[in-house]
Amino acid sequence: MGSKRGLAVILATLAATAHAAASSQDLDQLMALLAQRQHGHVSFTEEHFLAVLDRPVKSSGELFYDAPDRLEKRTLKPKPETLVLQHGVITAQRGHHTYTLNLSDYPQIVPLIDSIRATLAGDRASLEHLFKVTFDGTVEQWTLLLQPSDTAVAKSVKQIRIEGTRDAIHTVEIQQADGDRSLLTIGPEVAQ
Amino acid sequence: MTRSGVIGTLVWAVLVAIAAWVVARAHYTTDLSAFLPRSPTQTQRLLVDQLRDGLASRLIIVAIEGADSATRARVSAAVAQQLRSDRQFAAISNGETAGAERDREFLFKNRYLLSETVTPQRFTVAGLQDAIQDTIDLLASPAGMLVKDLLPHDPTGEIVQVVGQVSGGGAPRTADGVWVSGDGKRALIVAQTRALGSDTDGQQRAVEAIRGAFAQATGPTPGVTLLMSGPGVFAVNSRANIIKEVTRLSILSTVIIVALLLGVYRSLTALVLGLVPVASGAVAGIAAVALGVGVVHGITLGFGVTLIGEAVDYSIYLFIQSQQRGDGWLRSVWPTIRLGMLTSVCGFASLLPSGFAGLAQLGLYSIAGLVAAALVTRFVLPHWLPRNFAIRDVSPVGVVVSRLLQRVRGAPVMAVVLSMIAGAVLYLHRDSLWNRELSGLSPVSLADQDLDAQLRVDIHAPDVRYMAVVTALNQESALEIAEKIGAKLDPLIDANVIGGFDSPAHYLPSAATQRERQNSIPPTSELRDRLQKAVEGMPVRAERLEPFLTDVEAARTQPLLSRKDLDNTSLASGFDALLMHGRTGWIALLPLRASPQHPSYIDDRPIRKAVEEAAPGHAILLDVKGEADTLYSTYLSEAVRLSLAGFAAIVILLLVTLRSPMRVIRVVTPLALAVLVVAGGFALAGRQLTILHVIGMLLIVAVGSNYALFFDRRAEDAHPGSVPLTLASLIVANVATVISFGILAFSTVPVLSALGSTVAPGALLALIFSALLARHVPVPMVSG
Repeated sequence: MGSKRGLAVILATLAATAHAAASSQDLDQLMALLAQRQHGHVSFTEEHFLAVLDRPVKSSGELFYDAPDRLEKRTLKPKPETLVLQHGVITAQRGHHTYTLNLSDYPQIVPLIDSIRATLAGDRASLEHLFKVTFDGTVEQWTLLLQPSDTAVAKSVKQIRIEGTRDAIHTVEIQQADGDRSLLTIGPEVAQ
Repeated sequence: MTRSGVIGTLVWAVLVAIAAWVVARAHYTTDLSAFLPRSPTQTQRLLVDQLRDGLASRLIIVAIEGADSATRARVSAAVAQQLRSDRQFAAISNGETAGAERDREFLFKNRYLLSETVTPQRFTVAGLQDAIQDTIDLLASPAGMLVKDLLPHDPTGEIVQVVGQVSGGGAPRTADGVWVSGDGKRALIVAQTRALGSDTDGQQRAVEAIRGAFAQATGPTPGVTLLMSGPGVFAVNSRANIIKEVTRLSILSTVIIVALLLGVYRSLTALVLGLVPVASGAVAGIAAVALGVGVVHGITLGFGVTLIGEAVDYSIYLFIQSQQRGDGWLRSVWPTIRLGMLTSVCGFASLLPSGFAGLAQLGLYSIAGLVAAALVTRFVLPHWLPRNFAIRDVSPVGVVVSRLLQRVRGAPVMAVVLSMIAGAVLYLHRDSLWNRELSGLSPVSLADQDLDAQLRVDIHAPDVRYMAVVTALNQESALEIAEKIGAKLDPLIDANVIGGFDSPAHYLPSAATQRERQNSIPPTSELRDRLQKAVEGMPVRAERLEPFLTDVEAARTQPLLSRKDLDNTSLASGFDALLMHGRTGWIALLPLRASPQHPSYIDDRPIRKAVEEAAPGHAILLDVKGEADTLYSTYLSEAVRLSLAGFAAIVILLLVTLRSPMRVIRVVTPLALAVLVVAGGFALAGRQLTILHVIGMLLIVAVGSNYALFFDRRAEDAHPGSVPLTLASLIVANVATVISFGILAFSTVPVLSALGSTVAPGALLALIFSALLARHVPVPMVSG
């Protein structure tokens, strides 16, 4: 009995290792695919489900990406706002006012931004620095499940789920520890 | 020794003893602001005060290079931690979030007194509606995560407004939790010293503390290096450099001149005696400065090197020319030395009224030194010459040179051609001849200036060119005026004239404004009704916003904020940088930032109008760079005027003594020619002239006049027998002068090198031109 169970455990471990190896390979392949992409310009819609509000807040606009670390989120509705992330600094322009946020001052929002930035850049090292990364599916149709490895971050972010096909990201769902959640849906490439 | 010799020696001994006592007790400084102009207008005084002691002067930028990013971050954190516990520093920032929590807490707690958007309008139904809608929109952005927990307390988003007010222009990039340069290759720390920028000792202690903290933090870590920049660091480095240079140059100059004189005299006695006037002059010069000015500047001591070159001339003339004339020396040679000395004094006297305290000091030093050296040569030295005093016969040198001179034909034509060439060169370069920027005088090397500029870009320190400056009797009214100006500047942000501005009132509003903000808050019951109406149709219910009502009510009755409430937050240093106690009251600064649309250009006219309208008589718009350059230009023209006055004084002195306009022209022409050619040489070499070169040219005239006078005298002299000796003494004297100024030309202290590189070639040319243009060169009677 004992030895049978032992064997089962070994087999299960082997299988898990094999699976992990396969998914690790797929993840590498996906990252390489994503890393090839130098520019992106897509439309997006975003919904925030917040406990403090009775209804979700919706916004939409366009996203711009330049490898490796410039991300611009141009919200058009409900109110025009431009956010630029570069070199770890977020510059926000609302109306006539420009605000800058140093990401390092706000560690709790770093994973929110870096999950998307590192995925877009195909930067596996960055992703795995911040999260426990689980790859599911195939390169053709994939899901990345990101769980914060830092306990302090885990206090605010529960998990981030990114879905896509090949080098295109379709949705980014962020679940916060307090139950609030947001869903970013990315549309097709905007024609130039 | 004769009776007059005994008296002379006694008087000399007593005076030297007194002077030496003064020198020993004198105060010495290396504060470079002595070479910043004294400033005549209030604006300019403000400017110089800011340069000397303003916040900018107390910032040291520290960069850590080498190894990898994580190591640099670790070193940065360790250095910052060590320095934060050091009382010498008012603030240490390296991008770590330590302390940011306290700042946020303060801002949040007092948001209703601090926020500029708190007005009666804000608490109307429409005002609340707008503000709450804005906040809900913000929730949809990444920053939303930061504010969502605050929504029940702060639905109108005052904290966002307040953080925006105090966060100014921007922050450096961060990596591994600390500030880094744009390329990520350096970790950055900004240290603010308590010591004033002009307190070089204090700055030196701060610099050493940073070095110590760095050494401790790196320990055995290899490959990590420390860079520092900032006005305090420059002052410390310049001081060390000046001390090193002055010592080095004095020793070098002395050794070379001693070797020269030994070679010429072949007599140890003559050498020692020859240095007596020089040493007496140096002691007298320093004593005069100590008594007249109070403090002696290190650069003055460096300049003293040149005195060796000129004062040694007197004994050279005495020793060489008295060889043949014996006691006749007093009658024939001394008057010429005296006149030469007086022309030099005229030249140096024109430095006395200079707006640069440092230059006035050089003038005083030189006058006292030369007068003392000449008097010692006249009244003391001749009595000390031993009966059998003899030096090597140097007349063969004079004979050779004299023969060479005779071979030269057409000297006047050459002079005319040369002056025309020099004139043409100067004319062609007339637009770029002068360096009209204050930085042209900077004692800081170009490499250091580049590093500084680079580090400043890295830390996003705004290069403040324009700022509104408020002067007021007390802190409260300074803040009130700053608020009035702020109200006028806000529309200019919307109009894209400026990108933004800082104000002390952003950190701490005036008491009047704080009270006004409290008064704009309605009583709780009233506000609850309005809130109910405002949130109708919004995704948030009024009941959730109960904490808002509590907070607002608390703000309505809270005690007003004062400066001490900022203690223990990083806001204190931001506030103190913008509001300070000045010479005659309180000064508030409102630095302006350029609009992102045109980052390198600000149209100052609408701003000037806004500032002056907001607070007539209490505020001005200061154009820092423009004002500094104007200031410098003023002093440049002052220096030119003073030099011309000095030149005129020399001409008048010559007219009075020589009583012949022709002779004056003969004396002055070679000097003017030398100045012209040197200036032309600078223009050809592409070196722009500064105020110091102007002074140098004055010195060419002052020193060169000695040579021209001897040639003039010789031309008038009935006893041409001394010609070879006169020529020989002039050549030796000239070589001594050229060597001592030439050594200065290689100094890394710009003040000294500018003077040296002007005077050394100028003195040589003055001798050559004087010799060539002498009316006629009599045939020397060669003995043997």
